[in-house]
Amino acid sequence: MSSILPAGIAAPNFTLRVTPDQNLTLSDLRGKPVILAFYPADWSPVCGDQVTLYNEILPEFHRHGAELLGISVDGVWCHAAFARDRHLHFPLLADFEPKGDVAKKYRAYRAREGVCERALFVLDRQGTIAWSYCSPIAVNPGADGILDALENLSDQANAHGHLESTSRPK
Amino acid sequence: MAILKVPVDQNDHIRGPAHAPITLVEYGDYECPHCAAARPIVDHVQLSFGGRMRFVFRHFPLTEIHPHAEIAAESAEIAGAAGLFWDMHDALFENQSSLSVPTIFLIGAQLGLPEVIMRNALETGQYRNKVRSDFMGGIRSGVNGTPAFFINGVRHDGTYDYASLVSGIQMRLAANASS
Repeated sequence: MSSILPAGIAAPNFTLRVTPDQNLTLSDLRGKPVILAFYPADWSPVCGDQVTLYNEILPEFHRHGAELLGISVDGVWCHAAFARDRHLHFPLLADFEPKGDVAKKYRAYRAREGVCERALFVLDRQGTIAWSYCSPIAVNPGADGILDALENLSDQANAHGHLESTSRPK
Repeated sequence: MAILKVPVDQNDHIRGPAHAPITLVEYGDYECPHCAAARPIVDHVQLSFGGRMRFVFRHFPLTEIHPHAEIAAESAEIAGAAGLFWDMHDALFENQSSLSVPTIFLIGAQLGLPEVIMRNALETGQYRNKVRSDFMGGIRSGVNGTPAFFINGVRHDGTYDYASLVSGIQMRLAANASS
């Protein structure tokens, strides 16, 4: 059993391919909460799968000002086809070359199978891991943990006078 | 252990006696083939437990992959306002393979719901908040796909075949009796 990076640690920075001609660098998202959803593979054969679920809840994540990034070892063309098929409205990052390099930094790589764990990280505005969770590989972890973590971050930000644009007024 | 965060109340659609010792809650989507497959199984389970079980259905439409799921869910609510929720519920699942807006209106007409009323309620989004509130309650309760079942408030993590649901219910009853 691996143990993924825990809360309180600075999230390792990375630059990954998001489309065939575009990269995304984690530190560019500083100032916003970020959800990193590592998952084993595109094209899992069920309709209520993890990315579909997160796609439906995206407005809730955005209400907290958060960005969602999906990460697997699939390549950009695979991601593009998958995203089009499932009508995804958030980026899928290709941890493709060197394979699983980013997942390894988060200790969310399954070397035997050569895929990412089903691991979730919520990063605060400064890029520190605020919450992380590793689900058994066959179990879709849902979104309740992510939403709880985002709410905690919003509450903390409000307590520090950093009023969320979308939260209730004081 | 995932726990149902939104208790069953009078806003729910409930089939079976109000004080039944077993409450089976399903989060489902009328365009999800697994939910359609689960429907006769749920009926069978309820028949087996007789008056000891009530069944609650809540909406969990995955609208990005199921283009008619939201309209179907809102239509069930429109029917519900006329006391016909379960008639619409059953008909939507029975007609899942040909689900479309005209099909839904046709089902409505057969239940005595005029198309103009349905069209108006859908256009104004009269029941959109109800469907959304079911969905968000499901998310907060750990629903991670459809169908998702909760037995007396605890998520059933097994499959939805008859044997698995029945043994899930029996285990929950045993756990409740010993606590």
